[in-house]
Amino acid sequence: MAVVEIRNLTKVFKEGTPGAVNNINLETKEGEFLVLLGPSGSGKTTLLRMIAGLETPTSGEIRIGGDVVNDLSPRERGIAMVFQSYALYPHLSVYDNIAFPLKAQKVPRNQHKQKVEWAAGLLGIGKLLGRKPRELSGGERQRVALARAIVRQPKVFLLDEPLSNLDAKLRASAREELEQFHSRVQTTTIYVTHDQIEAMAMGDRIVVLHQGEVRQIGTPKDVYDDPADTFVATFLGSPPMNLLEFSDFIVGFRPESLVPEDVIPGSAQVKFRFRVNYVEYLGAERVLYGGLEGVGSDSKEIVSRLSWTMPTGYEAGKVYDFAVAQMDLRFFDRQTGKRTNARPRPWQ
Amino acid sequence: MAVADRRVGLLMFLPAIIFIFLLIGLPLVLSMVYAFSDARIGSTSFHYVGSENFRSILQSPSFRMALKNSVVFTVAAQVIVIIASSALSIALASPFRGRRIIRFLILLPWVAPISLGAIGWKWILDSIYSVITWVLVWAHVFRPYGAPMWLGEPKLAMASVILVHCWRLIPFSTVIMLAGRSAIPKEIPEAAAIDGAGFWRTEFLINVPMMLPIINVAVLFGTIFTFTDMTVVYILTAGGPFDSTQTLPNLAFTTGIQGSDLAAGAAISLFLVPVLILIAYFMLRTAHRAEVV
Amino acid sequence: MILRGQIQKVGDRVLQYSVLLVSAVLLAFPFYWMFIATFKQNIDLYNTDNNPFKFNLPPTLDHLKLLFFETRYVRWLGNTAFVGVLVVIITLAFALPAAYALARLTGRWGQRLGIGIFLTYLIPPTLLFIPLSRVVALLGLQDTIWSVVLVYPSFTIPFSIWLLMGFFKSIPKELEDAAMVDGLSRFEAFVKLVVPISTSGILTVVIFTFTLVTQEFVYALTFISPESQQMVGVGIPIFLVRGDVYFWGSLMAACLITSLPIAFLYNMFLDRFIAGFTVGAIK
Repeated sequence: MAVVEIRNLTKVFKEGTPGAVNNINLETKEGEFLVLLGPSGSGKTTLLRMIAGLETPTSGEIRIGGDVVNDLSPRERGIAMVFQSYALYPHLSVYDNIAFPLKAQKVPRNQHKQKVEWAAGLLGIGKLLGRKPRELSGGERQRVALARAIVRQPKVFLLDEPLSNLDAKLRASAREELEQFHSRVQTTTIYVTHDQIEAMAMGDRIVVLHQGEVRQIGTPKDVYDDPADTFVATFLGSPPMNLLEFSDFIVGFRPESLVPEDVIPGSAQVKFRFRVNYVEYLGAERVLYGGLEGVGSDSKEIVSRLSWTMPTGYEAGKVYDFAVAQMDLRFFDRQTGKRTNARPRPWQ
Repeated sequence: MAVADRRVGLLMFLPAIIFIFLLIGLPLVLSMVYAFSDARIGSTSFHYVGSENFRSILQSPSFRMALKNSVVFTVAAQVIVIIASSALSIALASPFRGRRIIRFLILLPWVAPISLGAIGWKWILDSIYSVITWVLVWAHVFRPYGAPMWLGEPKLAMASVILVHCWRLIPFSTVIMLAGRSAIPKEIPEAAAIDGAGFWRTEFLINVPMMLPIINVAVLFGTIFTFTDMTVVYILTAGGPFDSTQTLPNLAFTTGIQGSDLAAGAAISLFLVPVLILIAYFMLRTAHRAEVV
Repeated sequence: MILRGQIQKVGDRVLQYSVLLVSAVLLAFPFYWMFIATFKQNIDLYNTDNNPFKFNLPPTLDHLKLLFFETRYVRWLGNTAFVGVLVVIITLAFALPAAYALARLTGRWGQRLGIGIFLTYLIPPTLLFIPLSRVVALLGLQDTIWSVVLVYPSFTIPFSIWLLMGFFKSIPKELEDAAMVDGLSRFEAFVKLVVPISTSGILTVVIFTFTLVTQEFVYALTFISPESQQMVGVGIPIFLVRGDVYFWGSLMAACLITSLPIAFLYNMFLDRFIAGFTVGAIK
């Protein structure tokens, strides 16, 4: 059963301007971790806030648990949300923060303690219950925010970029904690982020958004290996997919697909002459920046990623014989940017 | 920090400090000296008289009335002001059309010079020509010429003074509260809404506690403005009728300047000091506690 | 369910507008009243049978004529403006460097001194006016406008320092550091860099100092007796009364004409003031 259903949802903030969210359709699967991924301005946060009830849609329908919720206030929707800043109540202790939703929903007093301790135990913050938010570290605050969200056992969790306020080191461990948390409670979760690595690591499915529209919905593998258009192809993966433009189509291949010729069996090879301009040594891998010779625009920068197990010795200023496996090529229509079938290669 | 920097800083800072010392610090000391002397305007004699002045003013019924009134007016005004400005700041918080105009109108009592607002009220509360009287007579609450004298009867005069003080302070307080309200990150009331809190619960359990430091500041300033103000009483009632609206600052003025008894005037005005010290103390404590995450 | 939500929203709106309307009316009413009284003929004004809220007889300019030509009102306006300008200049001269020094140069001491300055603002005129009246007399400034030119900065300077401190603190100090690395002295950096970009803060201080001057009552009443030397805030309530007779029409005209420009100026700079106030208070 789908927990959250979005039908033809549109949000226009100011008349005459393009909508922040344009005619979006999607459905969550029960218990899944769904990621809304996109650059800033893609409408992902607006979409989340509409699901939460903090923004009213201009048109379209939102259902939660089968019921239309468009006219319901946030508290009537059975959702819980974790904000980017966590929005912990600064004057209340951790215990009171977690207990607040229970008080607000008029849960009987005698049940409070048990529920709070259950939520706190789930997140390992039992010993922090007496503290105030300002005494906590970033990671601890995230856990309190999650505890406050879980204590009412909502139907859906909504998370708005909760990791972006943490510094890089903390982010990895906080991400791991979120993943474990999700596997423990199994509540349907919608997670907004602009970080494609987070999306790939955490998502069961990813909804790639651009300028208020859904470009693709799929598992991490789907969106990475089978991008629906050039936007998805270049947004996921870093460095992004190499794109070569021809008269009416575009060919793409990922940097890790562009390897020394000898690595690929002869039959599958699509050969290139690769002139290396610049080499970055990153320990576990090397990144080679350069250009392809004899393929139309020499000036387009092409990137190759070589893992440490591959042959070494590539230097700037020299040209080498590289290749891409046939099945690693992706073709896109030049006009629409959408994925098309394979084409004959005009450069050979 | 460079030594040169420190020296420059001192030099930039010194003129102001000296000025303040000469025009505030010294007069403050002088006030205390006068209180223990027999200084008068127009006379050059100047003797130490111990606590003579304090003894005599403490026995004076005018003084005791003034002390009582100062406290009563101040407390009453603060209570009314806080309630009114809280409500008003909530109403002003969400945007609406005509906000600028309404804000302009609401601010008028505060920005107009105190004396002019007071005299405006004097006209509104005039015994014969009061517009309030006219409306009440028209509504048949009173017979013609049967309405009370708003500034002529003790209890009503007191209420009038408190009213004018509130009228002046509500805009100021509202503005401060609005500022405090807008300092609350918007995600917090949103989180409260999602957590299930309705309007009143969010207001009292979340917003107000977070605004407490700034509410404190508003109350402290309001207290000072009311307690140490002389203008409203001077213009509205001159302390009458029969001293029923007499306040410490007004009494200090009439005794010290109009009555030429500098010493007694100074002694009376010194009774303002304990309250000021209390306020300063609370002000400092608030400033420290206002570091809310 | 749909209906309930919408009724709630409409209800809230109605409540909001009612509170706003009632407040605006109650707070601004005296000024409307001043306006009516300014233009009402005396026969109309002093007739208790007439409806006071409208003009029962055609409006008149008599009160205004009396105010401008037969009283010293214009003179008081001139006095106040003159004093205002001088006090603003004095205040800026003392407060600008002091605020900068406190904001940048004095570390922990600076914090304490800043609080100290703030506290002096809490010492009211009604405490100091008696000794100051003697000081003024001693300096021979009694009954002249120079008495207030001397004394007014005692409350405008602390207030301005406090406002400007918050303002200067919001300017990144890297600006002056870069200038000093380039060869300017600290003071030069202050004068040539910081002051020019602080024009909005300075303007705010100017406006608020000026309004503080126009609103002052106690000192002007205490130090100045002759009508021709008086400030407008004291002149209007004291001298527009001949014996026991109040010329209400002209009185109200004077109040209105004096209050409105101040109100306009104040409103324009209010947001700035609030920013400075909250930064300064919560420090």
